[in-house]
Amino acid sequence: MKKQLFWLVVVLVALAMVAAQCGGGQPAPKPQEKPTEAPKEAPKKEEAKPAANGHKYGEVTDMGGVDDKGFNQLAWEGMKMAQEKLGVEVKVLESRQQTDYEKNLNELINQKYNGIVTVGFLLADATKAAATANPTMKIAIVDFPSQTPTDMGLLFNVDEPSFLAGYLAAGMSKTGTVCTFGGIKIPPVTAFMVGFESGVKYYNDKKSGKIKLLGWKTDGAKEGGGDGSFIGNFNSLDDARSSAENFFDEGCDIIMPVAGAAGLGSAAAAKDRGFKMIGVDSDLFVKAPDYKAIALTSVLKKIDNAVFEAVKQMEDGTFKGGSNYIGTLKNGGVGLAPFHDSEKLVSKELQDELKAIETGIIDGSISTGWPVKK
Amino acid sequence: MTKDEKSPSKLVKQTFDLVLIPMLAVLTALIIGGFIIVATDTNVYTAFEEGGLGVGLSAVGTSILVAYGSMFSGSVGSWRDISESLVASTPYIFAGLAVAVSFRGGLFNVGVEGQLILAVMASVYVGSRFPFLPWIIHLPLTILAGMAAGALWAGLAGYLKAKTGAHEVINTIMMNYIVYLFADWSLNGFLCRVPCSSPVSPPVLPSAYLPQFFYRLHLGFPLALMVAFGVWWLLFKTTIGFEIRTVGTNPNAARYGGIQTTRVMVMTMALSGALAGLAGASELLGVNRVLASGFSSGYGFDAIALALLGRSHPLGVVLASLLFGTLRSGATRMQSLASIPTDIISIIQALVIVFIAAPAIIRWVYRVKAKGTDEGSTVLVQGWGS
Repeated sequence: MKKQLFWLVVVLVALAMVAAQCGGGQPAPKPQEKPTEAPKEAPKKEEAKPAANGHKYGEVTDMGGVDDKGFNQLAWEGMKMAQEKLGVEVKVLESRQQTDYEKNLNELINQKYNGIVTVGFLLADATKAAATANPTMKIAIVDFPSQTPTDMGLLFNVDEPSFLAGYLAAGMSKTGTVCTFGGIKIPPVTAFMVGFESGVKYYNDKKSGKIKLLGWKTDGAKEGGGDGSFIGNFNSLDDARSSAENFFDEGCDIIMPVAGAAGLGSAAAAKDRGFKMIGVDSDLFVKAPDYKAIALTSVLKKIDNAVFEAVKQMEDGTFKGGSNYIGTLKNGGVGLAPFHDSEKLVSKELQDELKAIETGIIDGSISTGWPVKK
Repeated sequence: MTKDEKSPSKLVKQTFDLVLIPMLAVLTALIIGGFIIVATDTNVYTAFEEGGLGVGLSAVGTSILVAYGSMFSGSVGSWRDISESLVASTPYIFAGLAVAVSFRGGLFNVGVEGQLILAVMASVYVGSRFPFLPWIIHLPLTILAGMAAGALWAGLAGYLKAKTGAHEVINTIMMNYIVYLFADWSLNGFLCRVPCSSPVSPPVLPSAYLPQFFYRLHLGFPLALMVAFGVWWLLFKTTIGFEIRTVGTNPNAARYGGIQTTRVMVMTMALSGALAGLAGASELLGVNRVLASGFSSGYGFDAIALALLGRSHPLGVVLASLLFGTLRSGATRMQSLASIPTDIISIIQALVIVFIAAPAIIRWVYRVKAKGTDEGSTVLVQGWGS
């Protein structure tokens, strides 16, 4: 017993010592550590971060975390691009639950960060509150419009490239049926589906075709602009797989899952059956080399570029709160990915038509049907 | 805790035994966590490669010190950080108590997470309506709505167990999924903020707020401490508590002794569910004030660890919750200063559970002898497979 007590006391004292040394204040541990043990280390650490100008930018993710293979990750890639090209320091704070949004934002504000990027509609309330309480802080939010005179919204007209994808899918389908489904029924997701549907319809009008679309039906009278198939999350590969299997059973041969990382579940199903898939957000062909063979194209939503742009504006002083950055086909903020290996499958004629439609969408002569009118 | 509480020195010794294993478990988890931090720190590898052994070892030291140092300063380094740690502890206390009560009653409530979310749904429904009510009515009403929802949902599992023998572990797990999907559906329907553009509930009205009085620290924390005391009093100083504990230790003997086990089982589960409901309601009314997906990242499951760590004793649960809350809260600073992902905290918490569940490892590592009084005081679940 005495021996145990002795060890316990020793360990507690050791812990207390460690704690006391670190707790004394933030800058304390580093200078104390380096000179006593390894004076050479200090210059090396500085080399590791080239041309740092001391400006700090932080990203706050939602629960998906920074490795969600979705918008959190894309935003982080934009941040890292800023680190490389602008020489700023970037950090990411992941949120594990709802209480963390406000806490993480406050953490970045209290640590005197120069600017903050938040990701997704879940952070909308916290972003609004932080922007209102700290009007001098530069805040940008991905996928949500600006809510105060000091924050900036980063939005993407994904309906535009989705329209092209719908037209392409309709032109490529052998069974005469194409399909789509979403993660959660929110505007950033349904915009893809509405655009896709409009593209298919446009094809049918032009070619008097009878291509069927499964998984989404626009209806202005309905809540959320229509009804469709949703798996209820962005991370369950199983849900996305079974959803795809159902559609394939009903005759669909080209699928566009709008479900973030979960979409890879559909990719697996499509690979098994030899069908094609259209990726979303980033280029499926590049991101998931396993599924090169089934990747027809991808609807690109260049969140990384937009985040980089926002940080750049924060850095050079051109950042304007109360406004939205909108990625369009025109400014290259959204687009259709290259066909890569599928190039030879897409006829020259279809490719030319797509180019004509792209011009039409840019000059406004073709409507993508988004936002849905009541 | 035990029957022969005669001499104070013996009591101290027994308490010490009871506390020793959890503390050593936490310590061991932190040490292993340190290894993981070092192993995932690329600076350490480059230091070893470029500077040799000495520089490398000092990089190891720096890595651990910066990590745990930032965690420490982030959890208790300033008044604001302390307040954040207490905020993070509050739902843990309620949820930990919920599991502890069920353990005492010989039941294993794995459904705290679902009961918590259902309670939040009930609370947000009541809390975002009735703008004409004064706070003195609206706030208690909102909290009660949450407690009632949690109690009913858990009580149902208790009823099924008592009447049909359907195992509460299976039932509560399954009932969690019902709540998850019900919440998803509701947030796109009747619980959605108007106009419904994203699955987020309308905000709770200020008349139903649990007021914040110390940075973000809200009345839910003192309430949690009071409830913990109340649970202790109920369990150890009242007839009902005696019945719960007796059914927990041996339901057959309890029935033979004239206790209505059916009633007690349902009541235990309902009490557990009400506490789970309080966890959700206090979190909603104190900090979040809206419900969106991702409201809880598994408070209900962490709660099982807390009840184990706290030996199902209210005081133990409070202390364990303070520890977990502090770890969670410090994780933010660890991210912002040392770029260590919060996952490390989950790893540490998981290690704590492993060591608590398998005390033989800790005994072996620290050469602590097993004592008769050490394990017997907490009865876990009865009737697996029956």
